[in-house]
Amino acid sequence: METTRLIIVAVGGQGNLLASKVLGEAALIEGVEVRMSEIHGMAQRGGVVESAIVFGDAKSSIISDGEADILLGFEPAETLRAIGRCSANTRVITNTSTLPPFTVGIGKGPYPEVAEIKRVLKEKTAGLVAIDAMALAKEAGSPMSVNIVLLGALIQTGALGFSKESVVEAIRRRTKPAFLEMNLSAFELGFKAAADGVV
Amino acid sequence: MHKLLTDSPGEQIMLLGNEAIARGAVEAGVAFATTYPGTPSSEISLNLFQMSQESDLYFEYSTNEKVALEVAAAAANSGLRTFCMMKHVGVNVAADPLMTLAYVGVTAGMVILSADDPAMFSSQNEQDNRYYAKFGGLPMLEPSSVAEAKEMIKEAFELSETLKQPVLLRTTTRINHSNAFVTFGEMKERKTKGRFERDPFRCVTVPAVSRNLHVKLLERLDEAQTMAEASGFNLVQGEGPLGIITNGVSFHYAEDAVRDLGIEDRTRILRLGFSNPMPDNMIKEFLKDCEKVLVVEEGEPFMEEAVKASAQEAGIVIPIKGKSPELFSRLSEYDPAMVRETIAAFFGVDYTPAPKLDASDVPEIANRPPNLCSGCSHRATFYAVQKAAQGMDVICPNDIGCYTLGFMPPLSTGDFVICMGSSVSSACGFGQATDQKVIGFIGDSTFFHSGITGLVNAVFNNHNFTLVILENDITAMTGHQPHPGVDMERIGLSGYGRVNIENLVRALGVEHVSVIKPFKVKKSIDTIKEALEFKGVSVVIAQEPCILFARGIKLKKARPFEVTDKCTDHKECINGIACPSFYIEEGRVKIDADTCVGCALCAQICPDNAIRPLKK
Repeated sequence: METTRLIIVAVGGQGNLLASKVLGEAALIEGVEVRMSEIHGMAQRGGVVESAIVFGDAKSSIISDGEADILLGFEPAETLRAIGRCSANTRVITNTSTLPPFTVGIGKGPYPEVAEIKRVLKEKTAGLVAIDAMALAKEAGSPMSVNIVLLGALIQTGALGFSKESVVEAIRRRTKPAFLEMNLSAFELGFKAAADGVV
Repeated sequence: MHKLLTDSPGEQIMLLGNEAIARGAVEAGVAFATTYPGTPSSEISLNLFQMSQESDLYFEYSTNEKVALEVAAAAANSGLRTFCMMKHVGVNVAADPLMTLAYVGVTAGMVILSADDPAMFSSQNEQDNRYYAKFGGLPMLEPSSVAEAKEMIKEAFELSETLKQPVLLRTTTRINHSNAFVTFGEMKERKTKGRFERDPFRCVTVPAVSRNLHVKLLERLDEAQTMAEASGFNLVQGEGPLGIITNGVSFHYAEDAVRDLGIEDRTRILRLGFSNPMPDNMIKEFLKDCEKVLVVEEGEPFMEEAVKASAQEAGIVIPIKGKSPELFSRLSEYDPAMVRETIAAFFGVDYTPAPKLDASDVPEIANRPPNLCSGCSHRATFYAVQKAAQGMDVICPNDIGCYTLGFMPPLSTGDFVICMGSSVSSACGFGQATDQKVIGFIGDSTFFHSGITGLVNAVFNNHNFTLVILENDITAMTGHQPHPGVDMERIGLSGYGRVNIENLVRALGVEHVSVIKPFKVKKSIDTIKEALEFKGVSVVIAQEPCILFARGIKLKKARPFEVTDKCTDHKECINGIACPSFYIEEGRVKIDADTCVGCALCAQICPDNAIRPLKK
């Protein structure tokens, strides 16, 4: 298989590591080679958490600047901050619900308007899907499911080439039984919203 | 059952590198494991700790890496397969036993894992621990992938047992913290009870004995070199005049680059996985067929220098390059694109990198630096110390842990940090060398690790400083591991002792010892003031469990606060303590009820008394 490189950026606590594991499991179901790397440690004290997932024949498990085929952002400013990971061919999927850094919250740092973030992302890359994943997660039952909502959106775009069924099966295998129904509903909501979320 | 204990050979499972290493150790029949936790190695020990609770595997969190290695050395000399793991700087702490254990050797397989951290994702330096293998005379294996790490640790045990010598398994963060599918293998039976056979002329390192042992170490290294020459971990891939010599994760970046550049038919790659001693003959053979050679290795020119020496001996005069201003750096980690570009440049391959996005007009976004958690007791302690020391010219040696973050404004309570335990000993030096007021900070786990000796030094040499011990009942930074001060019953484990920090400090002879509960702000400030006035060594112990840990074990429940109309906008809360639960909305300070845990620090410092528990 051709190599597909996916970067996920999130704020600590948003569940991007589980999202990565679900995609890894989906790759196994699809029979696609996969390697992923993640950053632990200091980053988890409220900082940015980044996962790199490489699908296909490449052997490396990290992704260089400018070489992500897909950028999946769990927070709009973090999506924009990761623009250096993209090229003009990158497809971007982002949450529009903000989690401003502390300095912004107390009025000591700039945070661009979401409309401006969307404009820049769309202008510089090969396509942008932007959805309010937080609202959909709450609709599914908990803000915790924001990660799975965004997976739904990712799969709908077809950028990864995975079937919906494989990812649903991966969610079944990877989520705790108590959260399964919620996550399946979150996935469905994200999947549907992505069709209308094309910017 | 723990997922890594499943006896299901052939099963494919996605594992973190560190889980794969733990599984490999179990498949190798490891019976005895010790550590002091440190990122990026921490999940190896966490998994072994969990497995030890369900099996006859012995595992311990030792007080520090030196202790861990010495405990392990005894087990490995009693006939048990033993695994000792640590982060790269931990090997510095363990270096004393390491160097002489290499002389003494072992009677059963012993693997020492060093998890290096190029690019310093969570470390204070990016030292290249391959030099420890060379320095100490230890055979070394280096995996290139998660799956290989699992296989390599099994081989490392075999190798160690054959040579009767500890083997160094050296990983980097991108192995430890990558995920990939791994296939479970057979599990070797564990031998969990050993016997030590007296052998003083091997095990008691008086000079007369050690002189013989050094001779034997060199003989064993010769034997190891023969094994390295034949090892399947040292492999040549491809044919052609362009040579690449590589190791670890760089191997895969190089492999991808060669394919992407379309030079597979002209390139041969030598991957060294058994890299100390170097397979000198194999390297010479490889060089004979090359026109020029690029050495692709993160960190120091460890292989490059050895390869150049081999070439010189063999009389091979070809360009051999690696580290240079035009090619590879000794800084940070490598990535696939930079390896591809450097290989293209060195071999003169036509390659134009894809155009970079123009990010010059991207709007500015505030950084998102790590911060102490909402409800973290360290914030309250730092605030109290700052208030108690107001007007004084202070130096605050800090230490390694979450609380290092206290160096950032507005808390600004960290001026000097070099390694675990250095807060105490450097406080001795600052107190003697200056007339400034010295206030050191150290966490409880770090105090046990290497703060105690500094404090003994302070008492003996009659130094002058205040040490604040941040006793939060757990090793927080690395993911909540126990330490000798932890009440293990609290986490449902019996059979452990417990060392009381206050009693210990008093027993060391510290004359001025006080205990504070940091969320009682006024009282804490008063107590700290008294400690600061004391001439000599004073210790303040700040007791309050880590909020994440306390909530994890249901010791504490969140009880969020709110800012009421009484607020007249002093902003002492935001400007003084910078808790991440604050935000400003329409010019007014607010508290995020989803993240506030109700520590009440802000409520106590608000001049208007405007912060109170949120009414439901």
